[in-house]
Amino acid sequence: MRSNDGGRAPSGYQATGPSAGSPGIWGRGRGAVTEKKGWRYCLEVRDLVAGYHGTPALEGITFAIPPGQMVGVIGPNGAGKTTLFKAILGLTPYQRGEILLHEAPALRQRAMMGYLPQLEDVNRDFPVSVADVVMMGRYPRIGWGRRPGPEDFTAVRRALERVDLLDHAQTQIGKLSGGQQQRAFLARVLAQDPHLLLLDEPVSGVDATTQHAIFALLEELRDIGKTVVVATHDLNCVIERFDQVLCLNRQLVAYGPPREVFREDILGRTYGHHLMVVRVGDRRIVVADEHRHESVKRDT
Amino acid sequence: MIEFLVAPFEFGFMQRALLGGVLVAAICALVGTYVVLRGLAFVGDALAHAAFPGVVIAYMLKGNIYLGAMLFALATALGVGVVSRHGRVSHDTAIGILFAGAFALGVLLMSTIQGYTVDLFSFLFGNVLGISERELWLVAFLGGVVVLTITVLYKELLLLSFDPTVAEAMGYPVQAFNHLLLGLIAVTIVISIQAVGIILVVALLVTPSATAYLLTQRFFQMMVLGVVLAALAAVIGLYLSYYLNVASGAAIVLVSTCLFFLTLAGRRLLSPVLFRS
Repeated sequence: MRSNDGGRAPSGYQATGPSAGSPGIWGRGRGAVTEKKGWRYCLEVRDLVAGYHGTPALEGITFAIPPGQMVGVIGPNGAGKTTLFKAILGLTPYQRGEILLHEAPALRQRAMMGYLPQLEDVNRDFPVSVADVVMMGRYPRIGWGRRPGPEDFTAVRRALERVDLLDHAQTQIGKLSGGQQQRAFLARVLAQDPHLLLLDEPVSGVDATTQHAIFALLEELRDIGKTVVVATHDLNCVIERFDQVLCLNRQLVAYGPPREVFREDILGRTYGHHLMVVRVGDRRIVVADEHRHESVKRDT
Repeated sequence: MIEFLVAPFEFGFMQRALLGGVLVAAICALVGTYVVLRGLAFVGDALAHAAFPGVVIAYMLKGNIYLGAMLFALATALGVGVVSRHGRVSHDTAIGILFAGAFALGVLLMSTIQGYTVDLFSFLFGNVLGISERELWLVAFLGGVVVLTITVLYKELLLLSFDPTVAEAMGYPVQAFNHLLLGLIAVTIVISIQAVGIILVVALLVTPSATAYLLTQRFFQMMVLGVVLAALAAVIGLYLSYYLNVASGAAIVLVSTCLFFLTLAGRRLLSPVLFRS
């Protein structure tokens, strides 16, 4: 069910056979994790059936994402966006299917995947500084029983710079505003330096400036070859900024570039009757059901 | 003054008590940092109570009471997981069922022993003054294992305590770490039985660390400060016990409690600028 041939490899990524297996992170020394080019796909999901007992939250999802793409995952609440992320990360068991990262099972290379949960369910009064939290992203690279080295501190500093929180490095995490905390957790993902970033609604509940800064940053990451997958309700943002969009409603409704996928029939099947696309001249406006707060109204 | 401070420690049993009390209190505070931050006080208390039948059975069989305590504490830790997974009851309900049941078993067995009171009473309420050299070595050895584990897995335990979801997403064996932490708590409880007893050990597990939590916003500082406060409570408690002729374990715990409330009050008085708001 791969609509719109989302698996078409962009130029520059030849489908040459990559060296067998990806570098695992456990048990290797520092610097074992290196960016390898030449994979046709960063992430492949085949016939995934996942979710807790009874009716599965995801029914037979198949798609493949080439490296260096920014993919928006859209769908109504309960469509299975979070379940998809959790299945990829091994946080939720799945009944059937296969999930590959660089052509090897994703579960064996979990440190290659950076994750920003929808809601960071942490104790905000925990006695750690912003820099401590960002350093946690380095832990898989540092390895068991070792202490952070100079390159880890440099990585933390750079990550904090990129999210503009360097001035708050020594602030206790709970003292930051909501948007700043979100940026701190994003900085942890940056410090981890994963191949694949899975961000579950990274901009919900943050102000417009932060939202813009976060997306600009994600585009930068995409441009250096990272694969960025973002679950979002902001459809207009998806149209403007994303390379591919994955429409999810327990099944994969469509997968392809936004211009092709954002058609009334596809969005209708994705959201049921909760959403419509209005054409105003050559502009398109996505209007969401107000009760479900799926999206904001905005021109594109 | 110096005479006042030195006099108690002319006795061998007081020297051992000082060493044992400070060691036990320090190790409790170290593990207590995790107990406080992860909200495991009830679990800690439950494991301590659950160790009681192990102590009684070992006593009856003239076996090693520390081994008995350890076996029952660990079995309860595992049992809680099993009951809450399969019994349709919440985690803390499962803890309540198991620890009270285990403790009752201990009391029941104890009541069958003729002339039991003195020794077993000291296991319930502790008697650091009665700590033997052999027991001191045991405390030092098991305490060393706890310290070594925490040192080696320092950053992993920190991540696991702060953000278990992301830790699991990174590939850390979260479940194994949770069991390890319960194991560390169980070991800590077992080596504290002689010093403060089964009923009071939870105070050493949470109070000094909670006091430290009020004073700092850094994990490592909280650990160090907790250890210092716990050692201070042990020393002051021992003097009180010696000069006022009161129960040593209770004295140590009460000093610790006083330090907590003094800190709480001090924080209120000394402006929110100085401390965490």
